[in-house]
Amino acid sequence: MAIPDIKPPNTGPDVSSDLLLKFYFEMLRVRLVEEGIADRYSEQEMRCPVHLSIGQEAVAVGACQALQPRDKVFSTHRCHAHYLAKAGDLKRMLAEIYGKAAGCIGGRGGSMHLMDPDKGMIASIPLVGSSIPLAAGSALADQRTGSDRVTVAFFGDAALEEGVFHECGNFAALRRLPVLFVCENNLYSVYTHLDDRQPKRPLTEVARAHGMPALAGDGNDVVAVYQATREAVERARRGEGPTFLLFDTYRWREHCGPNYDNDIGYRSESEYLEWRERCPIAHQRRLLFEAGLLDPDQEEARIAKIRAEIDAAFAFAKSTPLADPSQASDHVYA
Amino acid sequence: MPDDRVITFGEAIREGLIEALARDEAVFLMGEGIADPSSFWGTTAGVVERFGPDRVMEMPVAENGMTGVAIGAAMAGQRPVISLHRVEFALLAIEQIVNNAAKAHYLSNGYHKVPLVIRIVIGRGWGQGPEHAQSLESVFAHIPGLKVVMPTFASEAKGMLIAAIEDDNPVIFIEHRWLYNVAGHVPEGYYRQPLNGPKVAVKGRDVTIVASAYMTLEAVRAAKVLEDIGCSAEVIDLRVLRPLNLGPVYRSVQKTGRLVTVDTGWVQYGIGAEVVARVASECFEALKSPPLRLGPPDHPTPSSRGLIPGFYPDGDRIVQEVGKLLAIDPERLKAGRRTLAEQRRDLPIDTPDPFFKGPF
Ligand SMILES: Cc1ncc(C[n+]2csc(CCOP(=O)(O)OP(=O)(O)O)c2C)c(N)n1
Ligand SMILES: [Mg+2]
Repeated sequence: MAIPDIKPPNTGPDVSSDLLLKFYFEMLRVRLVEEGIADRYSEQEMRCPVHLSIGQEAVAVGACQALQPRDKVFSTHRCHAHYLAKAGDLKRMLAEIYGKAAGCIGGRGGSMHLMDPDKGMIASIPLVGSSIPLAAGSALADQRTGSDRVTVAFFGDAALEEGVFHECGNFAALRRLPVLFVCENNLYSVYTHLDDRQPKRPLTEVARAHGMPALAGDGNDVVAVYQATREAVERARRGEGPTFLLFDTYRWREHCGPNYDNDIGYRSESEYLEWRERCPIAHQRRLLFEAGLLDPDQEEARIAKIRAEIDAAFAFAKSTPLADPSQASDHVYA
Repeated sequence: MPDDRVITFGEAIREGLIEALARDEAVFLMGEGIADPSSFWGTTAGVVERFGPDRVMEMPVAENGMTGVAIGAAMAGQRPVISLHRVEFALLAIEQIVNNAAKAHYLSNGYHKVPLVIRIVIGRGWGQGPEHAQSLESVFAHIPGLKVVMPTFASEAKGMLIAAIEDDNPVIFIEHRWLYNVAGHVPEGYYRQPLNGPKVAVKGRDVTIVASAYMTLEAVRAAKVLEDIGCSAEVIDLRVLRPLNLGPVYRSVQKTGRLVTVDTGWVQYGIGAEVVARVASECFEALKSPPLRLGPPDHPTPSSRGLIPGFYPDGDRIVQEVGKLLAIDPERLKAGRRTLAEQRRDLPIDTPDPFFKGPF
């Protein structure tokens, strides 16, 4: 079977100016939420590991903007951006990270298990590769029931090393499941570079070998992410099966935690600075100003609104009561 | 005396690895994060610098494959030591562990050997939640063909690790996370501690407490408090879950007539369940009261510090339960329980106890 090739996204006319603005402010909101976490982490009230997506916002936002609210998303340990981009409730997210009863899962999971199923954010699983089969299964359910929903599995570059990725790629291609495999390649698994974990070959070829089309894009260009994802979503809705999307990007801060760690020896400050130059948010902002779609006053007003929302959410998360030990044994069985 | 030296459990493991690598060319290490700045919680710090990346192999994120590769290399005469940061990652490798590592010898009519050590970290973390904080040692202890060891003290961690590497069987070497910073006297050089069964950690007459790893320390702590009110608890550190040798436990129960087990993992089908069952079979007449099993309650490990209180058994819980078992007036336990609480002071519930600085 010939694997259909996806055309490279054509930048431009089909992305409205409203959408371009939305991309920017959505990414900025994710950034500000995560910076808010980083700033407050040393207070030691968020007593769970946090894996920040700062620097990688364009993938979550661009991909989720190409989805409908009814579409579904599965994520990993690094799930904050996906959750927010899929319209997950901010207050309940922060409450979860603070271990509060009002958290999105009542404090049971913390930062690595964010979900908001009513918004299509179905689950986040902190075992590498572990949520990929769940996404494929979700797509299988939609296929069986004739629903036109699409499911996205977000995962990192390391997931391609796990057997389960290949098992699911094979199965999804075989059954033409309406699922998107979205790989955020940030070059590292914890402190280990991709080149020390995988032979040099295009990751897209790995997916193509499973018989599905694959497309690589600039993961720091939200428009590129959006367009590639939209293409794949349309394919899936037409019943043409899964697509693998590879987006190169970069995590700015340490693997787990609020700090920068370019000094500990696994990557260089200059590599980090190069990627920082390619900030997805600054890039989008430049584009908006150049196109005359945004002026400073407008921007300031929008940012003030976002900040107010975030401050209120932190205030809520801090003040709402901790989960109570009596709830710990609930929901072991349905 | 060289063994006056005090180092931590984590450092002792590191020394054991270095000694084994230096002694035998067939020994090599594989794992995620063993040759990186984190160096597996420090237990492989500097090891790749000394032995090179061919003997300290940083691995792709592929646990079942890695484990199977290690088994194949072991069958071909190598002595790999692989490391898994959390028992949840070992679950991806359970197929290779149970189907191949545990059965290669049996299934080859005794021809193949699998001299493999699988280091697996269990235990609690800091808000790690249900999928990063489990203690699943009994899953491995269930499987014939595996050896399963679970050291508590630093000197034993080193000696048992070397013995595990020398062993011709697959050994699951379980490291409880909260032990890494516990210090103790550790001899220098190459030495082994036989993987042959439990040791008495505290001698006593009135009740036998059987525990492993971190829970041994909590039991020792409870025993000290109980001693102050004249209750003499014998604490037995199980050390080796498989093959299980309960001789010292039987002898202890013959003396005390009372048995309490304290597990890091769930009680149902847990280590304590096996201990109690065997004691009931072997020394039923010696028992003066029904044995008691302590462990986490029967639900997953939540992340929130609000949900965690009462989840992990601790010294205070052991003191209370032993008190009930021996019908000690709760008033008499109060001072001791206060001491235990003071040792923790206002330390958050998810932080290891300062009591466990050692040395032991
Ligand atoms: C099955 C499994 N193995 C190992 C780990 C430890 N671990 C946690 S995050 C991580 C890095 C994964 O890298 P990648 O998939 O590229 O995601 P990133 O952290 O870069 O977003 C690893 C190895 C894990 N969580 N699950
Ligand atoms: Mg990565």
